[in-house]
This record gives sequence, C-alpha cells and structure tokens, in this order.
Amino acid sequence: MLYSIFIDPFVQMAGAPDLLVQTIWEGTVSGVLYALIALGFVLIYKASGVFNYAQGIMVVFSALTLVGTYQKLGGLGFSGPGAAFLALAFALLVMFILAVTVERVVLRPLVNQPDIILLMATFGVTYFLIGFGEYVFGGEPKQMIAEQLFLPKGATEFQMAGGFVQLQNIDVAAAVIAVIMIIGLSAFFQYTRIGRALRAVADSHKAALSVGISLNQIWIVVWFTAGIVALVTGIMWGARSNVSFALEVVALKALPVLILGGLTSIPGAIVGGLIIGIGEKLGEFYWGPLVGSGIESWLAYVIALAFLLFRPQGLFGDKIIERI
Amino acid sequence: MFYREAGQFKTDYAADMAVFPIRQDRIGLALILFVAFVIVPAFGSDFLLQVVMIPTLVFALATIGLNLLTGYTGLLSLGTAGFMGVGAFACYKLTTLFPGVSIVIWVLASGFFSAAIGAAFGLPSLRIKGFYLAVATLAAQFFLQWCFVRIPWLINYNVSNAIEVPERTLLGLIVTGPKASPEVRYLITLAIVVALAWVASNIVHGRIGRSWMAVRDMDIAAELMGIRLLPTKLLAFAVSSFYCGVAGALMVFFWFGGAEPDVFSISQSFLILFMVIIGGLGSIVGSFMGAAFIYILPIALGSLAAAFNAPIPPATLEHLRYMIVGAMIIVFLIVEPHGLAALWRTTKQKLRTWPFPY
Repeated sequence: MLYSIFIDPFVQMAGAPDLLVQTIWEGTVSGVLYALIALGFVLIYKASGVFNYAQGIMVVFSALTLVGTYQKLGGLGFSGPGAAFLALAFALLVMFILAVTVERVVLRPLVNQPDIILLMATFGVTYFLIGFGEYVFGGEPKQMIAEQLFLPKGATEFQMAGGFVQLQNIDVAAAVIAVIMIIGLSAFFQYTRIGRALRAVADSHKAALSVGISLNQIWIVVWFTAGIVALVTGIMWGARSNVSFALEVVALKALPVLILGGLTSIPGAIVGGLIIGIGEKLGEFYWGPLVGSGIESWLAYVIALAFLLFRPQGLFGDKIIERI
Repeated sequence: MFYREAGQFKTDYAADMAVFPIRQDRIGLALILFVAFVIVPAFGSDFLLQVVMIPTLVFALATIGLNLLTGYTGLLSLGTAGFMGVGAFACYKLTTLFPGVSIVIWVLASGFFSAAIGAAFGLPSLRIKGFYLAVATLAAQFFLQWCFVRIPWLINYNVSNAIEVPERTLLGLIVTGPKASPEVRYLITLAIVVALAWVASNIVHGRIGRSWMAVRDMDIAAELMGIRLLPTKLLAFAVSSFYCGVAGALMVFFWFGGAEPDVFSISQSFLILFMVIIGGLGSIVGSFMGAAFIYILPIALGSLAAAFNAPIPPATLEHLRYMIVGAMIIVFLIVEPHGLAALWRTTKQKLRTWPFPY
C-alpha cells in the first residue's frame, strides 16, 4: 500500500518521461486558464472588496455574446474575420455596459455593507446573467469562432525520450496570450494614472477618496477590466471545448487557485493557477487509479487547504493583522 | 391595536429572559403550531403537503443548521449539501442494517455521523478565516460528493446508483417508501423540525449561543475573555452539521423517497446559503422565512404564469425565472440587507407603537 502511494508513481514518472511532460503541459494549460479566471476575481476584490462570484458566469456570458453576435451577423449575410472582429467589439461594448450597470445598480446602493451581503449580490448577478444569456442567445453549446479570430488550430508534436509529446496549438496560443495580458495588466497598474488610482483604492478606500479619486469611476474601470479578462478567458476556453454554461463549473475551480495565491495578489493568481493545474493533473494521472479515478474534482481544494494551513492568507496575500 | 405589552408585568428574572416575552407572541405561536399540526394535514391537498410544506420544512431545518454556523458563529461554510448527504447516507445504512429500530430514531442518529464529519472538516477554521474558510469548506463539499458517487457500499451496491428508501412503519402506519401517505410524512417531518427548532432556540439563547456570538463578533476578543476557541468553533460545526444531516435524512426519506448523489451538489449548498441570507443572519424565525421565500418563489412564479395562461414556452419561462430570481435577490439585498427577520422585527415594532409612532 505504502509502496503504491510513495514509490510506484515516481517509478512510472521516471519510466516514461514523455508522459510526464505531457501531463505537466496539460496541467500548465489548464492552470493558466484557471489563473485567468482567478485574475478577474483578484482585480475586483482588490479594488472594491467584493468577492465576485459572477466572474465565472461573466466568462460564459462574454463568450456567448461574441459567438451569438457572430451568428446573428451571419444571419444578415456577414461572415469571415471582419464580422468576427465586429462581434468582438460588440462583446467588449456589452461588457462595458455590464460594468456600468453593475456599478450603478448593485455596488452603489450596497456600499458599506458586510462582505457576505456583497457576495450574495454577485450571486444575484450570476442568476440574472444565466437567465439573460440563455434567453437572448439560447442555451445549447456553441462552437467558438476560433478560425475567424486567427487563432491557430491543430497540434505540434516533438520527439523526446523514446516517445512524443503533443502540444495543441491553441493551448500554446492561450499560454502566450495569457502572459501578454498579465504583463499588460501589470504595466497598466504600474505606469498609468488610472492604474495608480486603482492601487490607491486597493490600499484604502477612504484615503483614496480624500485625495480626490472617484470610487465610482474606478469601480467601472475595474469591472470592465475584469470583463475583458473574462472575454479573453471565454475565447480561449471556448476554443478548447465549446461555449456553454458547463463552463460555470470551471469558475468554481478558480476559487482554490484564488485562495492559494492570496485574494489580493496578481502574481499569486498565476502561481496558484499553475500549482493547482499541474498538481491536479499529476494527482489524477498517477495517484488517481489508486482510489478510483475522479479525484480531480476535489484534489484542487485539498491542495489549497493544505497550503492554507501553513499560510492562512495564501502564498502571496497581504498579511492578515488582527487587533483588538 | 391588539399587539400591546401594556399590563403584562414581569415578576421574576425568568419571565424577563423569556424567548417570547409578549403574550400575543405566545398566542400567535400556538396558533401557528395549531394550524401546522391540525388544519394543514386535515384540509391541505396532497400537492400542498408534498410540493410546498414538506420541502419548506426540510429546507428550514437545513437553514437553521447553516444559520447556527454562519449567522451565529460567523463561520462561512459552503459544504452544507455535503453534510446533508452524510446524514442521508448514514440514515440509509443504519436503517438497512438494523431494520427493527424505528426510522425516527435513525433519522436523529444519522445527525451524529454528520456532526462528526462536520467537526473534522471544521478543524481548519481555527487558522483560516472569512472567504478563505468558505473555499476551504468547498473541499468538504466536493470530497464528500465524490465519496457518495465512488463508494458503492454506501448505497448497498444498488444497481440504480441511488438510495432506494425502504418501507418502514411507525405505530402501525407506513411512514416511508412509496406507499406512505403525504399526511403522515408531513406530520413526522413537522414534529422533528419543530422539536429541533425549539432546541436550537434554547441553544442560542444560552451560554453556548452567547459564546458563539462572541466568537462571531471578534474571535480574538472572545479568546481574551476566556472563551476557548477550539471547542467553541468545533461545537458550532458539529451542531450545525447535526442539523444539516437530519435535514438531509428527512429530505431523502420523507420527501424524495430516493436520491442520487447529485442531489447533494454545490448548488444545493448555495441555495441554503441564500435562504440564510434572505431570511436574516442570526435568526431562527428568519430561517423559516428565508427557506419558505426562496423555495416557494420559483413555484409561485411558475403558477402565476400558468394562472395568466401566458403563452410562454417552458424554456423561456425557465430563463425568465432565473432573471427574476436574480433581480429579486439584488433588490431584496438593497432594500433590506438584514433579511426577512429584520423586516419582521420592524413590523412588530411599528405594530407596538401604532397609531402613535412617537
């Protein structure tokens, strides 16, 4: 028993390094996508202190808007890359309208309420978006318009150690785009005026207000940024499978990523995503058969829990200081 | 006009500390209990009992359970459905292993199994707080759900992969299984729920409840005042899980009559958290109101559309229902963030001073 837990999996790993690399790569890709969702959470939590449960559904909703608009345009006789980018612009507009609406209707009346009330309000947003998205675009799974957006498809294979490793091109693209986006966001936070204002708000709402930063404007910016992140995540995830409300489950996977990295840390979201993604895939592949497969469904949470026991604020989170 | 405490003098401390200090409240409670125990089963239709009353009671019990943890002790948990599942599966195992013992005893006993599991998963709560704890309890939810699916021993290797509730009798009446009448199932559920609600009310008004609330308001300060955090938090987890476990057993045995593991999914946990928030954090009465509101709202919307004979296809109706429920949650939180219980308190205060509010 101990042998099959502690020794056998490592023997397997050493015996077939190509499989190990393949598994780690798959873990990395899903980790990057978890990290992207977690990034949306972190942005909003930092700036407004809202634990935005709706982030997962925003991913689905934005992707649905994109694909649905493209189909509507197709019905009018437009298609090809032009229409696809038109749909992309429209999806961005919708995310902006969503950001303004959420700020007006939900955040502004609920300012200064306890965290749990705001969390519940984002549940309301979630329900509303599920109903609205299905009502407008229909609930059936849709094909992502990956080709029209010039996303690569197919796979690359390369030889190694007596086997081969297969990389889906779309996954490579996803990883590259994620890295670009994270660098872009960091630069945006670091060097622009709005970025500085955002960091000020994240530090202290009151102090930010007192130096003349408009909270309402910052909230809109932050929710819109989270909307853009959601749209990119939706495109990537949709290109790997389909666009449907089943993606909502993926959002729940982002939660352990989030707390593992720390609720307030952008690098934390990335590192957490990679740890969870790789750990989950390795665990499922090498240790899963021992207990009957399917441990992927809870392994992520247990990994996060194990880390939290040693660092209750997550790996990179702000230290929680409690005073009487 | 009738809701006045004038003339009701208290002559000892016990009367002053009573849960219902006003005589009209006691009369009202007696009336509600009379209606629930006598009028509803005597005159209510099977639809009312089966689709409205039994589920509302079951959810109310689970809501009380979560409220003890989240509302009174301030520990946010998303593993409610998992603990309900432990209760349901434990009850099933117990009653199939020992068919001779009364089902009511096993329903209550199954709560202890879920209490033990709940206390085990409550251990991290000493170090982890707030949203971090909420996500940590998700580990319990997903792990338990995985166990329900993957361990066929729990369902006695049934081919259907589901709990099949066997027929059990109590005092010569069939109380579970397909042949049990809704009236009998309703009365047993009601009796258990009322008894446990009474116990919960006594717990939260006593020493234990006060230490829970001290922990909720600020756990470090509570610790300095001499409340030991580990036993207090674990007790909250255990009692809360006990209630959830009994609710889960009731749900399977007296409402569904059979259940697949999917019943105890994460969306069920969220639903019960909704009921707690809408009903009001830290209120037993609110738990009943929240459960009734959230559970009955979609049914009411559905029958409203049917009543108006609206020519809406069922899929659209489902979408509209989602949108309306979502919008109502937001509106409700804006209007009254402290839930239905706060609304009820305000109403009572207005009644007491009416017609001269100053």
